[in-house]
Amino acid sequence: MTIRDVIAFTIRSLQGFRVRTILMLMAMAIGVAAVVMLTALGDGARRFVAEQFSALGTNLLIVLPGRSETTGGPPPLLGETPRDLTLDDALELKRIPGVRRVAPVSLGNAEISVGARNREVLIVGTSGDYRRIRKLNISRGRFLETPDPRRMSPECVIGTEVRTQLFGVQAALGQWLRLGDRRCRVVGILGTEQHSLGLSMDEIVLVPVALAMAMFNKESLFRVLVEAGSRDRLDQTQKAILNVIRARHEGEDDVTVIAQDAVLATFDNILRALTYAVAGIAAIALAVAGVLIMNIMLIAVTQRTAEIGLLKALGARPRQITLLFLSEAATLSMSGAVVGWMIGEFGAWVMARAYPAVPIGAPVWAVLAALGVALGTGVLFGIMPAMRAAKLDPVAALSRR
Amino acid sequence: MIRLQGISREFLVGDQTIQAIRHIDLSLDAGEYVAIMGPSGSGKSTLLNVIGLLDRPTAGTYLFTEQDVTHLSDNEISQVRQSKIGFVFQFFHLVPRLTAADNIALPMTLAGIPPAVRRERVSEVLESIGLSDRGHHRPDQLSGGQRQRVAIARATVMNPSVILADEPTGNLDSKSGQDVLRILEGLNDRGIMLLVVTHDLEIGARARRRLRIVDGAIESDLKQ
Repeated sequence: MTIRDVIAFTIRSLQGFRVRTILMLMAMAIGVAAVVMLTALGDGARRFVAEQFSALGTNLLIVLPGRSETTGGPPPLLGETPRDLTLDDALELKRIPGVRRVAPVSLGNAEISVGARNREVLIVGTSGDYRRIRKLNISRGRFLETPDPRRMSPECVIGTEVRTQLFGVQAALGQWLRLGDRRCRVVGILGTEQHSLGLSMDEIVLVPVALAMAMFNKESLFRVLVEAGSRDRLDQTQKAILNVIRARHEGEDDVTVIAQDAVLATFDNILRALTYAVAGIAAIALAVAGVLIMNIMLIAVTQRTAEIGLLKALGARPRQITLLFLSEAATLSMSGAVVGWMIGEFGAWVMARAYPAVPIGAPVWAVLAALGVALGTGVLFGIMPAMRAAKLDPVAALSRR
Repeated sequence: MIRLQGISREFLVGDQTIQAIRHIDLSLDAGEYVAIMGPSGSGKSTLLNVIGLLDRPTAGTYLFTEQDVTHLSDNEISQVRQSKIGFVFQFFHLVPRLTAADNIALPMTLAGIPPAVRRERVSEVLESIGLSDRGHHRPDQLSGGQRQRVAIARATVMNPSVILADEPTGNLDSKSGQDVLRILEGLNDRGIMLLVVTHDLEIGARARRRLRIVDGAIESDLKQ
């Protein structure tokens, strides 16, 4: 029997039992569609997070005051408080070779007012490098550009939302506003719809770091953002930062340096694991479809006992009978898988339309795995019925009508 | 051409052994027309199945065209069945979803004969059974007599040397039955050995050689 004859025979018998074929296709299609859609969603979430992080720059180091790990020993009876991470510390970091930018950050809330209008806003005290590290756009005016971050220049850059609420339709640039108990002049307005890890830049006010620290009466910075010159020097730079701080802090390691990359990698791993998990759960549907195929094929063997007997009487070898039934199982599972794939891609497309921000799309590995598993289970679960068909005794098979 | 020596076939039913045929010695020559008769349960179908290599004897030796086929493998037996033996069954056994032409072509398809050759051969045999215009009809669109003629065409399409017919007219009215027998006898006239199992004495009487089986043994063997 040639392959074409086998295929023709298979198609005929699939057409001959139409309801059975459609039900089987559906079972397999649902399984594959589930895998494709769920992995599309999981992988979309992973890529969404990755994109958010890489928007911040991947060669970024974050220096936090205090140690994130505990050491043994007696309780600190003599009040061993961590030393402050000061502005001077931050400025010292800029001298490390391989460090391109350093932005000290001080955070706090304050009331902001212009005339009778006032509201509470998040104040970010920082330096000119912050703009380049966070890749912020300025729609009007300029960013904070103080040559010496220690100076408390009375200037600020405001988000668009803040601008609208305080100034309405009037021009804001060059105007003075009250910030807590101080006054400062608006030198720039941020571009709209900028986000930094979910924090909207539309509703913040940026001031020189020294001003913020004075306003909130803080000696310590919230953190220091350090941008290394290249990704390969990240480790080296991280060590250099620790060395500089240790030298300045009387030999104590009392800061924590986090690589943006490490945070990203952690999120990436978590979401990847999650994607695998949902893919695994969806694969159960595929296994169920495989069992269904076996069930259907066993029924087919019983239904078509006389036909099998006839084929044997006409000289079909046992292997040919096995091949015919296997080919039926494989065709069923494969076409079901392809239908499911299309349904899954369509579902992913609909989801992508509903959430344009998230890059939803099934990864190639998931599609290939789903199709492979579908064909695999189809054939695997088709083997037993096919062998049973091949072993039928032709006399007994033919005596049935 | 066919030689059975001490052939027995036992079945195990529950814990009882039933001897369907016992110690049969039989010799059939090429081109013979033989009727196998006997009451139901006498073992005539079992004998036909053993001769047709659908069933294996539990004892004895079977020589088919001088070749000992008693211990051939399943594949070798399939080969012999495919090329040398044609079957005609009481219940036709056509594949319902295939057209008459495809049913007839089935043995050739299984044998791997190319489609062009198949088409030519199918139209030949369709003509010989007078159903040239019915090739594309499915079995459920054909009458009983037509179905059996298609089945005969299928049995002859590989040019076998033996045709085995188990109650070929058992499911037909007498006129269709006569047609079917005439076609079978026509094949016999062309030198194909014809074995017909029947319990109908009238049909049996048409054969030149008549075997009567009772309780699994040959009771009489009459030749004209």
